[in-house]
Amino acid sequence: MSFADWISQPVNWVFLVIGLAVLVSAFRVVTSRNVVHAALFLVGALGGSAGLFLLLSAEFVAWVLVLVYIGAVIVLFLFGIMITRAPTGLDEGLDSEQKVWPALLSLAVFVTLAWGSIEAFGTNPLATTGTPTVTEILGESLLGRFVIPFEMVGFVLLAALIGGITIARRDLTPVEEEERITA
Amino acid sequence: MTNLLILAAEEGEHLVQAGDGGWWADTAGIMLILPFVAFGLIMAFGKRLKHQGGEIAVAALGINLVWATILFVANLTGGVLDQTTFEIARIGSDLVFELGWVVDGLSIMMYFLVNFVGLLVFIYALGYMKGDVRVPWFFAAFSLFAGAMLILVGAPNLVQMIIGWEGVGLASYFLIGFYWDDLDNVKAGNKAFMTNKVADVGLILGAIIIGVTLGTFDFDALDLAAIEHSEALAGVALVGGFLLFFGAMGKSAQFPFHIWLPDAMAGPTPVSALMHAATMVTAGIYLMARTFPLFQNLATEARGWMVAIGAITLLAIGLLALVANDIKRVLAYSTVSQLGYMMTAVAAGGYTAGLFHLFTHAFFKGLLFLGAGSVIHAVHSNDLTDMGGLRKYMPTTYWTFVVGSLALAGIFPLAGFWSKDEILATLQFEGYVAFMWIAIAGAFVTAFYMTRAVALTFFGEYKGHAEPHESPRIMTGPLVGLAIPSILFGLLNIPGVSWPGIGNFTEWLGIRVVAMGDHHAEAIDFALAGMGFGAALLGIALGWMIWGKDRNTQQARDRFEVPALYPLLRHKYYVDDAALGLVWATSNPLARFVDWTNTYIIDGIVNAVGGGTKFLGGLVYNGLDQIGVDGVFNGLSAAADSAGSALRKIQTGRVQEYAAGFVAGALILVVLFVFVI
Amino acid sequence: MIVNQFLVLAAALFALGVYGLLVRRNIVLILLSVELMLNAVNINLVAFEAMLNTPEALGQVFAIFVITVAAAEVGIGLAIVLMIFRNRRSANVDELNLMRW
Repeated sequence: MSFADWISQPVNWVFLVIGLAVLVSAFRVVTSRNVVHAALFLVGALGGSAGLFLLLSAEFVAWVLVLVYIGAVIVLFLFGIMITRAPTGLDEGLDSEQKVWPALLSLAVFVTLAWGSIEAFGTNPLATTGTPTVTEILGESLLGRFVIPFEMVGFVLLAALIGGITIARRDLTPVEEEERITA
Repeated sequence: MTNLLILAAEEGEHLVQAGDGGWWADTAGIMLILPFVAFGLIMAFGKRLKHQGGEIAVAALGINLVWATILFVANLTGGVLDQTTFEIARIGSDLVFELGWVVDGLSIMMYFLVNFVGLLVFIYALGYMKGDVRVPWFFAAFSLFAGAMLILVGAPNLVQMIIGWEGVGLASYFLIGFYWDDLDNVKAGNKAFMTNKVADVGLILGAIIIGVTLGTFDFDALDLAAIEHSEALAGVALVGGFLLFFGAMGKSAQFPFHIWLPDAMAGPTPVSALMHAATMVTAGIYLMARTFPLFQNLATEARGWMVAIGAITLLAIGLLALVANDIKRVLAYSTVSQLGYMMTAVAAGGYTAGLFHLFTHAFFKGLLFLGAGSVIHAVHSNDLTDMGGLRKYMPTTYWTFVVGSLALAGIFPLAGFWSKDEILATLQFEGYVAFMWIAIAGAFVTAFYMTRAVALTFFGEYKGHAEPHESPRIMTGPLVGLAIPSILFGLLNIPGVSWPGIGNFTEWLGIRVVAMGDHHAEAIDFALAGMGFGAALLGIALGWMIWGKDRNTQQARDRFEVPALYPLLRHKYYVDDAALGLVWATSNPLARFVDWTNTYIIDGIVNAVGGGTKFLGGLVYNGLDQIGVDGVFNGLSAAADSAGSALRKIQTGRVQEYAAGFVAGALILVVLFVFVI
Repeated sequence: MIVNQFLVLAAALFALGVYGLLVRRNIVLILLSVELMLNAVNINLVAFEAMLNTPEALGQVFAIFVITVAAAEVGIGLAIVLMIFRNRRSANVDELNLMRW
């Protein structure tokens, strides 16, 4: 398929717009001088990628993304920013001094991955367009073939929960320790 | 072997009968062994005996004398010719070493001589050494000497003779240095031993040369080969013969090896009497006699030299007796002079003449020494200046001494006259006329110095400090015992006279005389005899005029001082100094070289080896171990250390840098797996 | 639509996430970058699902799992950041170099 053909599909215009938005947001995430701005730009990136999921007929995944990622994870991040008393204004010392090597490295990563993808998949078209994925299929998968990983993930969450509490718990002072034992 | 000699003799002019000596000859070996038994017994028990071991020595020689006398009588009545040997060793299939004893005229004469004179001297020594130090050792060493001397004269071959030769040399060393408390005596003993040893080199070399050429060391074989003019022997005869003569020069004190004999007087007088007058010093003459044909037939060029050396010895050393003040020294020089006579005679071809003089000389010289010992014992001094007028105090000693002196001087009819005359006749016959005149001059000198000695000792007034007295009978007995043969034995060999029933000395020497081409005068040459006798009388007269008249005064002693001659004589022709200088000159550099070799080379090698080992060890330790092995390990660990130091800088502790590495690594792997493979 | 457009986009996002991971000094922002990378992976997965159209919607299931684990990881991560902040009064990652050589 040539570029002319590709551009002529309206889906691709949508794709370009959303994609651009995502890229810009992601770029701002990593280069913003303001911590809170970075977090909020991530919200934008994540939201953009939810839109991309919709284009790919993965509605359930898109909404899970919005719910979990944007709804909980970002909030958590913002809490973390506040608790660690990060300067909420401009922070000059936010990035490390050396940026060249990381930039080169990331460029290398991008080139490698892109090149590999293009080499491998060339202009393979996507099979579905417009047909939504039935959530029933996902449910059957999750509780059928992948029930064990599903449960394991549950355990992981439980472990993360308990672990988080344990790690972040304030250590008892000796006085409180004493009271706990004798009580 | 002996049968061959009889064969040879039968071809000659005289037919000599010879029996085999019977049982006494077969057991004659006991004479050789008994003194050694005595040696052992004296060393073991001597101390406890009344005469400190002397009895044992006397007994041994007494028993020996039985054999010697019986054999002597058997020889003079019938002739004895026997030899007993035992094989000791063998090299290859040819060279055989035997030990044993010979019983023939010559050896019987020597057996008799050694045992008879030896016995008398031993008896004398019982008295002389009484109260002296170390008497058991004296008799033990003396017995050792007697045994070695008998081994020497009874030897059937050169090897045994050399064994005896060295044995008497050893005993001589012991006995000369008997009073070793005084260092001079020890030095005298060393001098004797060393001089003899130098000469013995010649003896041994000569024996080896001749023995290897012939294939045997046997005397019979040697003589037979010489008589038959064997080709093989002729080749080595001159060299071998001269070397043997060289050895004889040492033992018989020929010029210039005479230097040890005067100094040997440091030993006790009985030793001087027996060893250095009668027996040991005659061993060289005996050797010449045993190998007589070698010199007469094959090594004839050597004869002239030998006669000359004998003549020089005779005259030059005789002159030294004129300046000696020690009575024993006078007698010592006299002995050397007489040995010169004997050597001249034997070398010139006078087998009988030389041996007869040996025989008679043993008696009167032994007598003179014992007499001198008697005088010394009485006066407690050897010096002639301490003596004088002793004839009043010691008549027996005086008379026997005079008898001995007259015999020595060659006064008719005492023994010395006949033996000297025989020598003169031989020299004349063989054509050595010049040496004959020297011998006559020697007779003059002999008489001269003996008169001096007698005059200064027995005449005049005694001005010393001791109380002279006659010696005990145990000492004067042997004096008389020796005086009688000195008077009579000359008659045993009157030219042309053969006593009925016993024959004469010439015949007693037996078969070998005939076989060896000896000349024996048939009649007395009165002219010659008269010249010899006249020379002796002249000497006595002159001596008496100079020393006798003034009865031993300083004036007398100083009168005969020839300015030029006397210093030379006083220094003994500087021969002693020359010899000592020679020894020093040769041995000192050698000793220094050996020392240098030892210090630098041998020690150097040892030190170098040690140092080298140490160095090597150090090298291994320092180089190989410390630097090498340890270095490797240290290096490895240092390398690990530095590598670690370098590598640990990777651990910056910064997570982002770890992450960067992580990503980069993953990227490389991806590229590798996706694009390359 | 072709699959590559999504893949390239995801690659770009991933690369940006790597950059942020390596450059940012605040720990929270590093975690943010990690979230970005995970998101890129999600896009990849779903794109492949769209391409392959498996009967069990494998890609999407996997994407759900990724999201869940990401959430758990953020929880733990922030708890750790909290502890670090309590101990050191700072969330600067450069100061967390105690485990250096």
